[in-house]
Amino acid sequence: MNIVVCLKQVPGTTEVKIDPATNTLVRQGIENIINPFDTYAIEEGVRLREKHGGRVTVITMGPPQAEAALREAISLGADEVVLLSDRAFAGADTWATACTLAAAVSKLGEADLIICGRQTIDGDTGQVGPEMAEMLKLPFIAYVGEIEEIGGGKIRVRRLTEEGHEVIAASLPAVITVSKEINTPRLPSLRGIMKSKSAKITTWGLADLGIGADKVGLAGSSTQVIKVFFPRRETTAEMLTGGVAEQADALVARLRKAGLC
Amino acid sequence: MNYFLTEEQQTIRDLARKLAEERILPVRAELDEKEEFPWAIMRDIAAADLFRVFVPEAYEGLGGGCLELCLVVEELSRVCSGVAVSYAASALGCLTLMEYGTEAQQQKYLPDIASGKRLGAFAITEPTAGSDAANIKTTAEKVEGGYLLNGTKQFITNGGEAEIYTVIALTDKTKGARGASALIVEKDTPGFTFGKKEKKLGIRSSATRELVFKNCLVPAENLIGREGLGFIQAMRLFDRSRPGIGAQAVGLAQGALEAAVDYAEQRVQFDQPLITMPVIQHMLADMAINVEAARALVYAAARHVDSGARNVTEPSAAAKVFASDAAMKVATDAVQICGGSGYMRDYPVEKMMRDAKILQIYEGTNQILRNAIAVNLRKRKGRAA
Repeated sequence: MNIVVCLKQVPGTTEVKIDPATNTLVRQGIENIINPFDTYAIEEGVRLREKHGGRVTVITMGPPQAEAALREAISLGADEVVLLSDRAFAGADTWATACTLAAAVSKLGEADLIICGRQTIDGDTGQVGPEMAEMLKLPFIAYVGEIEEIGGGKIRVRRLTEEGHEVIAASLPAVITVSKEINTPRLPSLRGIMKSKSAKITTWGLADLGIGADKVGLAGSSTQVIKVFFPRRETTAEMLTGGVAEQADALVARLRKAGLC
Repeated sequence: MNYFLTEEQQTIRDLARKLAEERILPVRAELDEKEEFPWAIMRDIAAADLFRVFVPEAYEGLGGGCLELCLVVEELSRVCSGVAVSYAASALGCLTLMEYGTEAQQQKYLPDIASGKRLGAFAITEPTAGSDAANIKTTAEKVEGGYLLNGTKQFITNGGEAEIYTVIALTDKTKGARGASALIVEKDTPGFTFGKKEKKLGIRSSATRELVFKNCLVPAENLIGREGLGFIQAMRLFDRSRPGIGAQAVGLAQGALEAAVDYAEQRVQFDQPLITMPVIQHMLADMAINVEAARALVYAAARHVDSGARNVTEPSAAAKVFASDAAMKVATDAVQICGGSGYMRDYPVEKMMRDAKILQIYEGTNQILRNAIAVNLRKRKGRAA
């Protein structure tokens, strides 16, 4: 079974700071990590390979330093990695990112399953997985909490919803995004770490992918970040006093005034 | 401090630390409370290749030595000494085999030890033979097809959980220590059963158990080296393993120091954090000095062992004694600094204090080891005269 896992390198913090002048993330002094949800994707890929054989190829789009995330993926069990890096890819929104990743998946060829994390902790959109599936014209299942069965050209999964779960089957190849319920990622192994240090990292640029410069990076992005800001919190609390009946009357009056009842 | 560790040694240390913090820390109090053998953690240690560290590359190991083993033990012990000893005991169970075993014996057992598929254990102690290790009573009578084992081993770390045991028994009762031999005994060999599991003061997640042999037939090919070498092999083993106990002590003391500093920083009395009070500062400074001195001696002893030096008794004993005494002192002081809270099981330092005591007792009590060091001093004086 050939599995492709897509990952993103993100700042290792949830306290993201924005540079007010450039509207971009302040990356200085912050360690980069593999997007936590993507670690579940790698683990699931490696487990599937251990059970069914095949290869796990991990791809990421990012600046040259994203190589570190790919080396870590090797230490966690990935067989091969590809870094998609080119100045032309810079400034991509989710659509242009998905387009770039989809082109790489096509170039790799013969993938049975493409696994992504359900969302990143920096962008938080959860859009790249489904967009990529759409571009590749493949079935897509989000929020997968368990792969119940895979093989014979089919996959059956438990997809987590807010109320419970759904069992969904799809034909392969398919794209899935996984939730943290799916597994507990392993720690790297010493042999994996040693292998990762000397592993060759394949890098593909725009010319390798065979798509137009207008499809990737800022040029291929249909959205643009105009401004990034922290929303002001404007919640105020008013404490009602008096007896129960009094408080109830006061509450109803306020709800009426607000047009809520 | 910079101990000039190689990149590979740093990788080993960092991975052991990550494993300890992510997998052991969340469950250490529960493991201690339930006195439960940490199988899930042993599997994590195995998956991380940490059992491979001390096994030669020819047998699917990574070819590390005493120092590499010490680095792993130290990091595991910083979080839980009970887990650390369960790991280290597997190494203890196969070091004799690694040094004296035949190619066939090593090929049969070491790959499983390296992968963590099976754990090892070493058994010499008996009800009549603690510090007086030569006074063992277990016999291995030569019979057709092998050796017939009879007797009881006591306080065996990893007993019942390990599958590969190195057992010291008398192949010739008339010769005392010179009649002892080392045998590999596999779990599930008919006639090999386990006695009671001990309830301990500390290192409670580790398994300590009796091994009972009743007409247990061990194949002749399981003899390690030659008959009569068992006692010498055991003494040589401990000379090489003692820095590991020192490393366990260093890790424990490091953990206790960190817990004491954390507490002293947060705890406010008389309107000021404890850590700003000179009396506490001096206690913490002495603890830090002891930890670093112990670490320096343990690493130096481990490197001496790895150098291939013929006689390692003295540095190895010194490292074990100094580090374990330091660990006991540091852990006790950590409880003192944490005061009433430190005495409670909600805080980790009381466990560290309980765990520390065994370090002064096992693999040679600190008194016996001081004897050994003193004997060496006299020998040297004798040679000089």
